[in-house]
Amino acid sequence: MLRTRNIAAVLVCLLLTALLAGCGREGSPPVKGPKAGALPQYKVDTSFELPESKTWKKAKKRGHLVVGAKEDQPYLGEKDPATGVYSGFDIEIARMMAASLGFEPDGIRFRTIASANRETALQNGQIDYYVGTYTINDMRKKLVGFAGPYYMAGQGLLVRTDENDIDGPQDLAGKTVCSAAGSTPYQRIAADYPEADLVAYDTYSICVDNLLTFQVDAVTTDDAILLGFAAKAPDEMKVVGKPFSEEPYGIGVPRSDNALRFALNDALEENEKNGNWKKAFEATLGLSGVPAPTPPPIDRYPAN
Amino acid sequence: MDVLTENWSLYGEGFLGTVELTVYASILALVLGFVMASFRVAPVGSLRMIGTVWVAVLRNTPLTLLFFAVLLGLPRFGLVLPFQVFAVLALGCYTSAFICEALRSGINTVPTGQGEAARSLGMSFGQTLGNVVLPQAFRSVIPPVGSTLIALAKNSAIAGAFSVTELLGTYKTLNELGYSIIWSFVWIAVGYLIITLAISALFNVLEKRWGVAR
Amino acid sequence: MTHSTTSATALYDIPGPVTRKRHFTYGVISTAVIVALLGWILYLLFDTDQFTSEKWTPFTYKGIQELLLRGLGNTLKAFAYAAVLSLALGALLAVGRLSDHGPVRWISTLLVEFFRAMPVLVMIFFIFVALKVQPLPALVAGLTLYNGSVLAEVFRTGINSVERGQREAAFALGMRKTQVTTHVLAPQAVRAMLPTIISQLVVALKDTSLGYLITYEEFLHAGKLIASNLDYDLPFIPVVMVISPIYIGMCMLLSWFATWVARRQRRNPKTEGTGVAAAEPGTVLPGRLG
Repeated sequence: MLRTRNIAAVLVCLLLTALLAGCGREGSPPVKGPKAGALPQYKVDTSFELPESKTWKKAKKRGHLVVGAKEDQPYLGEKDPATGVYSGFDIEIARMMAASLGFEPDGIRFRTIASANRETALQNGQIDYYVGTYTINDMRKKLVGFAGPYYMAGQGLLVRTDENDIDGPQDLAGKTVCSAAGSTPYQRIAADYPEADLVAYDTYSICVDNLLTFQVDAVTTDDAILLGFAAKAPDEMKVVGKPFSEEPYGIGVPRSDNALRFALNDALEENEKNGNWKKAFEATLGLSGVPAPTPPPIDRYPAN
Repeated sequence: MDVLTENWSLYGEGFLGTVELTVYASILALVLGFVMASFRVAPVGSLRMIGTVWVAVLRNTPLTLLFFAVLLGLPRFGLVLPFQVFAVLALGCYTSAFICEALRSGINTVPTGQGEAARSLGMSFGQTLGNVVLPQAFRSVIPPVGSTLIALAKNSAIAGAFSVTELLGTYKTLNELGYSIIWSFVWIAVGYLIITLAISALFNVLEKRWGVAR
Repeated sequence: MTHSTTSATALYDIPGPVTRKRHFTYGVISTAVIVALLGWILYLLFDTDQFTSEKWTPFTYKGIQELLLRGLGNTLKAFAYAAVLSLALGALLAVGRLSDHGPVRWISTLLVEFFRAMPVLVMIFFIFVALKVQPLPALVAGLTLYNGSVLAEVFRTGINSVERGQREAAFALGMRKTQVTTHVLAPQAVRAMLPTIISQLVVALKDTSLGYLITYEEFLHAGKLIASNLDYDLPFIPVVMVISPIYIGMCMLLSWFATWVARRQRRNPKTEGTGVAAAEPGTVLPGRLG
C-alpha cells in the first residue's frame, strides 16, 4: 500500500515538474475549420462622457470594462484555451461598443458567464454589460436592461450527419434533445414539444459532446450557435430544418442603468450605418458560409 | 410555503429521483464493497492488490471528477446508457471504497480466537467466515455503514449537475418560474433531511436489533 | 496497511504447503484476469483513437499547460482558504459546544448538526444562487460550514478524550476553565486528533472540485475547457488521463501524510494516553465520509 502510494507520489511530482519546467511550445494548437478573418478596427471615441451612468463611471475609474461573454460558442463567443483570447461575433459587438464608450482596445476584459448566471452577474455588478447570445424577452426585461437587438437568430436543430429522421421540432417525439439549462430554447421545447426527452447542461459544448458520443439525438438552440459548431466539424454534424422561433439578441445591462442602455443603442445604430457591423459579421460568423443579413431594428423601449 | 404546494409534482419527482439514486447506488456499493473487502482479506496476493488499489484510488478521487469521467467518458467507448445508470455507477463505485474499509475493519475487530476455535472444531474456511466471523463483524459495522450510506445520499446531489433528475436540480426550474429562491432551497433542504434521517433511523433500528455493545 | 494479512488471521491459519500451492494457482489466475482486463481497456483506448497526436498535441503548448496550472492554482487556493477557515470555525463551534452556558451550547449543537446533515453542494448552491455570492467565496463558505462542523465534533471528542485526571489535576491547581482548556486539554487533544484533522482536510481538498459546478475556474474546469474543444478533436480521455493522476495524487499525498502522523504518534510516548481514543468522525451519525 505504502509502496504504491509512494510510486504515485513520485509520478505526480515528475508530471508537475515537467509542467513547471515549461517545456511547452508557444502559440496555440492548430484550429479546425475556417480561421477568423482580418478583424475590423473600431475608432475609439476618446471624448465620450456618460456621467449619468453608474456602470460607466465605475468602469472609467477602474480603467477597463468588464464584459460578460460565452467561452464555448465557435464564431460567436469563443475563448482560445491556450491563449485566453476571446473571439467571435458577440465579442466583436462588445469591442465595438467599448470603442464607442471611449475605451481603448486594451481597456476591455472578458469574463465567461454561464447562461444560468447572466441575470445574477448583471444584478450584482460582476460585469458591466453582457454580450453572449442573450435573447431579449419580457420576463428578462424585468431583471435586466437590453440594448439592441443587434442580431436576429432563430431556434434550430443540430444533428449528426447520418441522422435522417429529424427535420424539424415536430420529429423530436421520443428523441433525446440537449440544451442549456435555463435557456429560452430549453423552455420552448419543454412547453411546445413535451414528447421530446430533454437533457440540460450549463454549456452547449457538453451538449455537442453528448451528440457526438450518441448520448443525445439532437442539440437545440439558436441557429447561429449551431452553425458555428457545425462549421467546426462539418463531417460529423449538420443543422437541419428552418428556424422555428425569433431570437433577437440584445446586450444585457444592469436594469437601473438606462443611460448606458441608451448610449449602447446609439452606438449600435452608428456602427450598423458605417459598415462596422457588416465587417464584424463577415470576419466571424460569416465564415460558416452565411451571408451577412440586415441587422434588426433597434428596440428603444422607454426607461422605467 | 406556496412553493411546495404549487410544485408538489416537481418536488416529488426530484425527491423520488434522489431516493432511487440512493437505493440503487447503495445496493451497488454494498455488493462491490463486500467483494472488495473479501479481496482485501483474501490469502491470495493479487486479489489483495486489487482491493488495495481499488480503495486507495477511489477514496482519493474527487466525486465530481468521477462523475465527469464516467458520464462523459464511458459513452466514448460506445457505451450508450441512460444518465441515471451512469450516475448510479459512479456513486456506487465511489461509495464501495468506503463500505469496503468499514467492512474490513469490522472483520478485523473479530477476535482471532473466534476463528481459531471455529477451525479447531473442524469448520471449513467458508463455514468459519459465514457462521462465525461475518455474523460478529456484521454487528460492529452497522454504524459506520449507516453513516457511509447517509454520505452517499448527500453526495447524490452532484448527479443533478450531470442531467440526472434529483432533488437539488429542482431549484433551476423553480428559479425560472420565478419562485422565491430561499424558500425553494428550504424545501430542498427538508427533502434531504427526510432522506438522511430515514437512513439514520433505519440503521438505529438495525443496531438495536443486532448491534453489539462494545 | 500491508499488515492486513497478519491481523486477519481470524479467517485462516498459516497456510501449509498444499494450501500455499493452491493460493499460488489462484494468484496466477487472478493476475491473468487483471492483465487481460487491462489489455482490453488498452485495446479499447487504441480502438477509439485516444492516442492520436491530434488529441495529445494541445498539451505540448505552453498556453494549455498554463491554463491547467492556473486551474490547479485556483483549486489549491480554494483549498487553503477552506482549510484555514474550517479549522477556525471548527474551534469556535467546539468551544461553543463545550460551553457552560446552556443557550450557547444549544445553538452550537444545532448548527453543527444541521450543517453536517446537509449536502455540501446544497449549501454551496444556496450561497451561490440565493445569496448571489461570487464562485470562490461561495465555494469556500460552503466547504467551511460543512468541514468546520465536522471538525468541531472532532475537536470536541478530542478534548473529551483527554484523560480525566489531567483535567481534575489542572482544576485542583486552581486553573480556570479557559486555562485548563487552552493549556492542558487542547495541546494534548490536538496531538491525538491530528490524523483525523488531516483526513478531514482531504475531504475538503476533494470537495474543492465542486467549484466546477458553480463555474469556479478550478482544475476540472480547465480540463473541461480543453476536453470539449472541437478544434482539438475533443480530447476528453487524454484530459482525464492527465487530470486524474494529479488530483488523486494530491489527495493520496495528504492521506498518506495523515497515516504517517498517526503511525508516528503511536510510537510517541507523549501521546500514548490519548491516542487510543481518536474518534472517527464517520461513525457519528449523520456524518459524511465523502
